[in-house]
Amino acid sequence: MAEHISDEQLVASCRAGDEQAWQLLVSRYARYVYAIAAQAFRLPAYDAEDVFQDVFARVYERLGTLRDPSALRPWIAQLTRNACVDRLRTSGREQLGDQLDEAADDELERLDEAYAVRQALGRLTPECQEVLDRFFCRDESYRTIGEALSLPSGTIASRISRCLGKLRVEVEGRSEPLAASSEQVAR
Amino acid sequence: MTGTGEERLAELLSALPAPPRGWVESAQELPRLRAEADRLLARAETDTAFRQALVADLEAVLRREGIEPSRPVIERLLSSLGT
Repeated sequence: MAEHISDEQLVASCRAGDEQAWQLLVSRYARYVYAIAAQAFRLPAYDAEDVFQDVFARVYERLGTLRDPSALRPWIAQLTRNACVDRLRTSGREQLGDQLDEAADDELERLDEAYAVRQALGRLTPECQEVLDRFFCRDESYRTIGEALSLPSGTIASRISRCLGKLRVEVEGRSEPLAASSEQVAR
Repeated sequence: MTGTGEERLAELLSALPAPPRGWVESAQELPRLRAEADRLLARAETDTAFRQALVADLEAVLRREGIEPSRPVIERLLSSLGT
């Protein structure tokens, strides 16, 4: 199944019982859900894992109730946010949960932007995706990347620069509004 | 998102690290795991002894049936069995 399939198509396929579509949905939103739990709500790994699994279980169970499939991302953001607050409350950290929930809007806005950039990255060539992912997401050095791709370090540096330029064009070219913000989805 | 500087792009690229692969694989397995749980529940509806065995020792029955006692399966069964 193609990575460029829209969220609307993805939701429709999942509702029709397409397991590959479900796998793609999880793959598409895994980083986003994880970032909300681990960064916006600063959950430790064991709590973040529970939230991660709970969120995808809820998405799977409730996908049929999502009225606007194009609002999949803000819906998932809100489910994740609620799950994080619940987790903090049930573990006796109500005050922290409320504080982080209040402060989460800015962080969610940043993660929404990061998600849009990630989607744009997926539209670049596999070579660009790999080199940018290795350098910026996996924090690998020029040398490590060069060894993995059998390329000189200097070539890696220029490829990163070239691919970053392409990513910029892709992000600005699409310039999609970041859909409904998470705040606009009823809790 | 216009006027996105490359420095900002780089920062945003690093803002979404990958979760552990096992977490993702576990979530991706949900449809299959739910189907397995539903198959066991259907059997429990018609087979009293099987239902009693599930209630008595869920994980042992799952292992006997060759099913990994993963969290989604256990939660699905527990909520449906009313235990």
